[in-house]
Amino acid sequence: MPKLQRAVLAGFLALVSIWFVLPLLWLFVTPFSGEPSLGLKFTAPTLRNFSELMAAKTALAAFKNSLIISLGSVAVVVVFASLASYALSRSSFYGKQGLLTLLLIFSSVVTGVAAMVPIYALCQKLKLIDSFLGVILVFSAGFLPTAIFILKDFIDRVPAAYEEAALVDGSAGLDLYFRIVLPLMGPGLAVVAVLCFVNIWSNFLVPFVLIRSNAKIPISVAIYQFFNEVGLPRIGLISAYSLLYALPVLVIYLWVSKKFGFGFFGGLKG
Amino acid sequence: MASNRSILSRRLVAAFLAPALALVAVFLVFPAFWVLYLGLTDQALTGVKAVMPSFVGFRNFSRAFSDHFFYNALKVSFVFVLGSAWIGQALLGLVLALCLHELKSKWKAVVSGAAVLAWIIPEVVVAYLWIAFLDKDFGLLNQVLAAAGAEKINWLYKHPLLAIIVFNTWRGTAFSLLLFAGALETIPPSYIESAKVMGAGAIRRFFEVILPQIRAILLTDLILITLWTFNVFTPFLLTGGGPSFKSEILPIYIWRTSFKYFKLGYGSGVSTILLLINFMFALLYLLAQRRAKHA
Repeated sequence: MPKLQRAVLAGFLALVSIWFVLPLLWLFVTPFSGEPSLGLKFTAPTLRNFSELMAAKTALAAFKNSLIISLGSVAVVVVFASLASYALSRSSFYGKQGLLTLLLIFSSVVTGVAAMVPIYALCQKLKLIDSFLGVILVFSAGFLPTAIFILKDFIDRVPAAYEEAALVDGSAGLDLYFRIVLPLMGPGLAVVAVLCFVNIWSNFLVPFVLIRSNAKIPISVAIYQFFNEVGLPRIGLISAYSLLYALPVLVIYLWVSKKFGFGFFGGLKG
Repeated sequence: MASNRSILSRRLVAAFLAPALALVAVFLVFPAFWVLYLGLTDQALTGVKAVMPSFVGFRNFSRAFSDHFFYNALKVSFVFVLGSAWIGQALLGLVLALCLHELKSKWKAVVSGAAVLAWIIPEVVVAYLWIAFLDKDFGLLNQVLAAAGAEKINWLYKHPLLAIIVFNTWRGTAFSLLLFAGALETIPPSYIESAKVMGAGAIRRFFEVILPQIRAILLTDLILITLWTFNVFTPFLLTGGGPSFKSEILPIYIWRTSFKYFKLGYGSGVSTILLLINFMFALLYLLAQRRAKHA
């Protein structure tokens, strides 16, 4: 390619990269700024915003709530999806492919605010409004089809020889599942768990609609409330909070991209 | 496969499937159908109509189609999808992927790294990053523009729809970029090289060599991002749908009627319309997948 053309392309890419990075700077500068504002204020780095955050009771409770909701959902999804995908992988029955397709259609159609309207009404009937259990069940149901799909794909590639050998040894049913199948599924389960955790940890809409009391809100809703109710006077606290909230996702991102490269994310979100 | 059947008995298969299917049936499949019924009632979030709703037939639907807020939301959503999903994410993603493919250098890590970062950070955080970025008095964008001699603009107030379109492009381009970058990798370099030798310029090379190879992926991408963008709620955090409903996309409209004004029945009617649109796109996606498999 001619030099001039290369230079134009590189200039374009540089501009786009800058556009991607500029809004992100605030997240890494403001939490350590002595004069936090909506602008970028570089000062001698300080941890004052973080200590202010540590004194805010709602903020800390929300951290705990986020962990309960995310880890609870991950547990349900991992257990239910591993059982279901194993059964789907090692059996053949009429309509199996149709069942899988149907699951995927529902999980992609029943989404967003439109799905939250009937889900809210359902949770109201089941007395699951403002409860961790309600949020966990809604998240798990939404994520299970994707998890089952990924795990089934994974188990399909594991030869059944181990299980057949164990069968000869007299293992069967749950015993077989725990001793042989779960260890074989390890890497697949890790992928599903990470994917599920990141998605639920980041979600705002579901708890925003289903959780009513301030004592139970996760971080996503807590940040929204801090910003809308207290706003600018506590912008330092909000920035520190945002960084800590994003940190698990960022760490996972760095780890995954180091291990698998960026391309891997294509299968990770959505 | 006969050997498989001996590993799990039919009863065990059913027992292993039951918990997952039960949960999905109650919290995913049932709501999808119940919303159809709720949409035919005057169910409310609180009060008498919350306990004893009455049947109103298709009144919610006819009301939606005569409500100018509904049309406004539909129109805003359409512009939002066209601007941020098609022109924004897909076109920008494609152009970036092509540039990176041509240059084959360290740029790839820089551009896709930055784009993926914008894509994975939790939505509440990116929303406030953009509120800060676009702020009239202190925001970085206005600071940069002011340094270039331009006047400061209250973006979220003056150009709310443009602001959420640009925001959502920034937020979601990574998906299309990664998808297209992967697809370009699969085109044998000899195709492009021989086109070059035959003297085809960049634009002809794109339309005659590259495009036919990535057409299926392009279609898949467009269907998926359209579906997602129609349902995305993040702009609510930036503008709340305002000012004066200029950025009220369909999901924000549904939220406002159902959860702010407590009209769950009417909200269900509108939700049904959106879920049907989703269903249409899901079917399109399956069709495209099937065609790609047979092609």
